[in-house]
Amino acid sequence: MSQVAETSGAPAAPAPDASYDGLRLRNLTKSFGAFTAVDDLDLDVPRGSFFALLGPSGCGKTTTLRMVAGLETPTSGSITLAGQDITYAKPYKRPVNTVFQSYALFPHLDIHENVAFGLKRRKAKEVDAQVKEMLDLVELGVQARKRPTQLSGGQQQRVALARALINKPEVLLLDEPLGALDLKLRRSMQIELKRIQVDVGLTFIHVTHDQEEAMTMADTVAVMNQGVIEQMGSPADLYENPRSTFVANFLGQSNLIEGRITNRAADLVTVDMQGIGVSIPADRAHADGDMGWVGIRPEKVLIGEPGATLDAPGNTIPGGVISDVSFVGVSTQYLVRMPWGQEIQVFAQNTGRTRLFAQGESVELSWRPEYAFLLDHAQDATAGAQKDDA
Amino acid sequence: MRWIRNNLVLLLGIAVLIYTFIPIAIVILMSFNDPNSRLIYSFDGFTLYNWQNPCEPDGMCGALWTSIKVGFLATLFSTILGTLAAFALVRHDFQGRSSSNLLIFMPMAAPEIVMGSSLLALFVAAGFAGQLGFWTILIAHIMFCLSFVVVTVRARLAGLDDNLEQAAMDLYATPSQTFWRVTFPLVFPGILGAALLSFSLSFDDFIITNLNAGNTTTFPMFVWGAAQRGVPMQVNVVGTLMFMIAILIVVGGEVTSRRRNAKLA
Repeated sequence: MSQVAETSGAPAAPAPDASYDGLRLRNLTKSFGAFTAVDDLDLDVPRGSFFALLGPSGCGKTTTLRMVAGLETPTSGSITLAGQDITYAKPYKRPVNTVFQSYALFPHLDIHENVAFGLKRRKAKEVDAQVKEMLDLVELGVQARKRPTQLSGGQQQRVALARALINKPEVLLLDEPLGALDLKLRRSMQIELKRIQVDVGLTFIHVTHDQEEAMTMADTVAVMNQGVIEQMGSPADLYENPRSTFVANFLGQSNLIEGRITNRAADLVTVDMQGIGVSIPADRAHADGDMGWVGIRPEKVLIGEPGATLDAPGNTIPGGVISDVSFVGVSTQYLVRMPWGQEIQVFAQNTGRTRLFAQGESVELSWRPEYAFLLDHAQDATAGAQKDDA
Repeated sequence: MRWIRNNLVLLLGIAVLIYTFIPIAIVILMSFNDPNSRLIYSFDGFTLYNWQNPCEPDGMCGALWTSIKVGFLATLFSTILGTLAAFALVRHDFQGRSSSNLLIFMPMAAPEIVMGSSLLALFVAAGFAGQLGFWTILIAHIMFCLSFVVVTVRARLAGLDDNLEQAAMDLYATPSQTFWRVTFPLVFPGILGAALLSFSLSFDDFIITNLNAGNTTTFPMFVWGAAQRGVPMQVNVVGTLMFMIAILIVVGGEVTSRRRNAKLA
């Protein structure tokens, strides 16, 4: 799996370590006894990017972050930042600051003193003026003399951010920084964080298990699972062209249908999917053997009455029966039972062009071949699926 | 009837407070007593004489001074040693940590009379039989204060969020800056509490002290001895003073924290 990260992570000829100006992790491994939390990880984070490390809890993303911060010592491998090897540097000697999940604000200091902490340790000049400016940036200027416990969760979160940002680190690490906030506050903080990142132009590495949060904020997302990076790329790239069943299921939802590969042409792979021939562009086919999982996102599946013309030059898959309908307003979610017994999810936008179907009705499905993807059959088709989303 | 039912909790609370404060009130009252006889303990008339001549009873102020010296030194040593021990027990994983954690409770759990007599046996066996006095009292007091310090500081330290120290280091604080700027200020209330507790434990200990004191007399020992012959009224002066100092510390702490909160609000 690590070769996936290598091929997608580093360009064909990566810059040598000494001249790379971003953060580079090479063969990074961290074991706790017999358990390997991070397994031979290679990662390049370009300078100035908003990078998200996305994965379920226990996938090793926080351990990776803590190694970059210096709070955890790698078992092997190296970390270089702007050409400097910082693998074993003490945390207080790294140009890296962290926004902790629990904020970790100093309860015995007021907001002003909290934010000034890093500057004072480095004997910076004009500390008060800088702190004032930073508190204004996060809109907490009037709260400067309060103690952390007197602020709300969202305000504490902004203090934690200000306390790290004021040091102008090479890399700002954010460990699930919005995890403790309620949904509405989280949405507005996401926008705020993104705005601040663009304003200050620092490298942000954001660790999260919330795929929506990672996709809205980051320009590059690395999906991590069991200590390795499954896939890395822009949010749209990951979503549209997942390379593994884990990514397909963890980022949004996917229908994965078993099929036999019948022909591999230069630009098109043909698959016999339960007796129906479907084609998939070669650059979206990531299966090695004879068998594969044909993947299609629920919103890419078109639904219609038997014999109706669907807007798709692809094949029509007949014989579906609607087994469940949930109307959510902007869209309708159908579960369609196919002749081979599998239930396919379909999200239909309520544009008014098509009527709503009722449970028990016979329908046909279709999709454009360029939206489908093909995954390796050796992978677990349910890997990464979130039960509470279903 | 209805009024009593509605205010029962309040009434009970007041009753309990009265019950606790009557002895203290008697002590304060008696410090102004002008007794007719040393043997009958009753209020015979108001006077300021006891307050103007506090050191009149033979040996009382000497005993008081001994108690203060022992209390101060025992507090100093047990607080330093106990704080260091608490850090070791919470922060470092070493062989025998869990048994140390258990053993530290022993002096608190063992009856004082057992602790006192075994210490005496130890001192005698070690050949200090002729030198019992100030130093053996001090050693005994440090010993029993130590457990209370360790337990108090350890509780405070265990409740401390690890992330705070990591955050300090992440914000360029060296290990010693992290300790003095973050760890110590946050643990300090626990250390202060432990020190106050140590002083009051040391100041009024009688059983262990009496067994290991030799010819030295502490204030509790003086009071006990005097009680056989009739307690001089000046004892009440000392008692009142101690009570007032304790009240001042508590009220002072409360006022500072209220003032700080008021300034912030």
